Amino acid sequence: MEDLEREYHKILADYVKEQSERTLYIGQNFVRQLIRRNISPEDVVSLHKDAVETIYPAQFDELRLAYDFLIEMMVHYGMAMREHQSLLQKQAEIQMEMNIAANVQKTMLKTPIPSDMTIDIGMLSKPLKNVNGDYVHFIDDKKYISVAVTDVVGKGVPAALCMSMVKFGLESMEEYAHDPEHVLGVLNRIVERNVDDSMFISMFYGCYLREWGLFYYASAGHEPAFLYRAEENKFYDLEAKGMLLGIVPTTKYKRSEVLLEDGDIIVIVTDGVTEFRRDDTVDERQVVASLIHDVKGLPAQSICEYLYSELEEMQEFELKDDFSVVVIKKV
Amino acid sequence: MEITINFKEEKEILHVLVKGEIDAYTAPKLRDKLDAIEIEEKANIAIDLSEVTYIDSTGLGVFVAFYKRATRETAHVRLVGLSERIKRLFEITGLSDLMDIDTDKKVELS
Repeated sequence: MEDLEREYHKILADYVKEQSERTLYIGQNFVRQLIRRNISPEDVVSLHKDAVETIYPAQFDELRLAYDFLIEMMVHYGMAMREHQSLLQKQAEIQMEMNIAANVQKTMLKTPIPSDMTIDIGMLSKPLKNVNGDYVHFIDDKKYISVAVTDVVGKGVPAALCMSMVKFGLESMEEYAHDPEHVLGVLNRIVERNVDDSMFISMFYGCYLREWGLFYYASAGHEPAFLYRAEENKFYDLEAKGMLLGIVPTTKYKRSEVLLEDGDIIVIVTDGVTEFRRDDTVDERQVVASLIHDVKGLPAQSICEYLYSELEEMQEFELKDDFSVVVIKKV
Repeated sequence: MEITINFKEEKEILHVLVKGEIDAYTAPKLRDKLDAIEIEEKANIAIDLSEVTYIDSTGLGVFVAFYKRATRETAHVRLVGLSERIKRLFEITGLSDLMDIDTDKKVELS
C-alpha cells in the first residue's frame, strides 16, 4: 500500500502543478494497477485524502471531516457493488445452465415428423421460456402413425422435468403405440406415482391407420382437437372425455374414431393456442377455426406456421404459454 | 390482477369465497390460504367461484391438491358458482367427473 501512496502522491502533485495529458495517462495506468491489486473504493479515497493532506497541509483541516464522510460512504458503496457483482455472476451462471438445459431438452424431445402418401403432417412447438412444457411425440409404423400432444401444468423448468418422464414412458410402450387407451392408462399410473398433488399433464393421443384412413383417439383432459370436414366445409370438435394424467390412478380412457376423407384436416393444439383471451367476449376456438379455414389449401406445415404467426400477432407478439400445434391433412 | 380470498362459516359449511383471476401469479396465494385450512373429518367445504373470471392450469392444480387433501380427511368439497367458461375447463380436463361442481349456488358475504 505504501508504494501506491507514494505513487499517487506524485501523480496528484504533478497534475496540480501542470495539468498535462501525460499525467492523466499515468493516472489511467495507475487505476489499472489499483484494480489488479483489488483495492477497495474506500482505500482509493483514503489514498487521495492522504495525498491532499500532504500537498495542502494548511487548508486540510477544513476538509478532513468531509473526506472521512466520503470514506464511510465508499465502504457501503463497495459492499453494495460487490454484492451486485456477485448477483450478476450468479445470474450469468444460471442463464448458462438454462441454455445447456434447453439444448439437452431440444435434443431429447426431438421427434421426426412422419410422412405418408395419403396424409400430410405438420408440427410446431414453441416454448414460452427457454424450456418447453409442451411435447409432441410421433411414432411412425408401417401400418399406422401415432401422435401424442402433451401439456404439463405450469411452465419452465418444473414442467420440462416432468416432460422427460412422459417421453420415456411413451418410448417404452412403442409396441402399444396403436392403442391410445392403453398408453394413456399406463402413463396415468406413472405420472400419478411420480408427481405431487398439484401437478398433472393433459394429453391427446391419436393414431392414424394408413390403409383405412381411419383416425382414432383418446384424450386425458386435453383440449378437443379440431376436425375440418372438406365436403361439408365445416368444423367439428374431436371431443373425447377423459381425466387428466396423474390425478386418479385407476382412470380408464375411451377411444373415439373418425374416418378421414380427402381434404379433411385434424388440428391438435395445446391450450397455449386457444387460450389467448381471459374474458368471454371472443370465442377463441372459433377464431382458430376461422384461421385454419383461411389457409386450408396450404401444406400442413404452412398451416402450423400461419396459425403461430397470426396468433402471436393477435397477442401483440407476447404469447402467454407454450404453443404447440399438429396438423394432419388427408390428401 | 389481484385475488382475494374470504372465509365464512355457516350452518356447518365452510364457505371459501374467491375473487379475481387465478393464474401462475395468484395461485400461490390461494394455495397458501387453502393449505392453512384445518380440515376436520367429514367437514363440508364450499368454494365459491362466482367472482372468479379466469383459471389457468396452475389454478386447477391448486384445486386438485386441495380436493385430494380434503378427500383423505373424508371431508366433502364442492365448487360452486362457476361461469360457463370455467365450467368448460373442468369438463374438458375430466375434473368435473371427480369433483362436486355446481354452477348456480352463490353465497352472499355479509
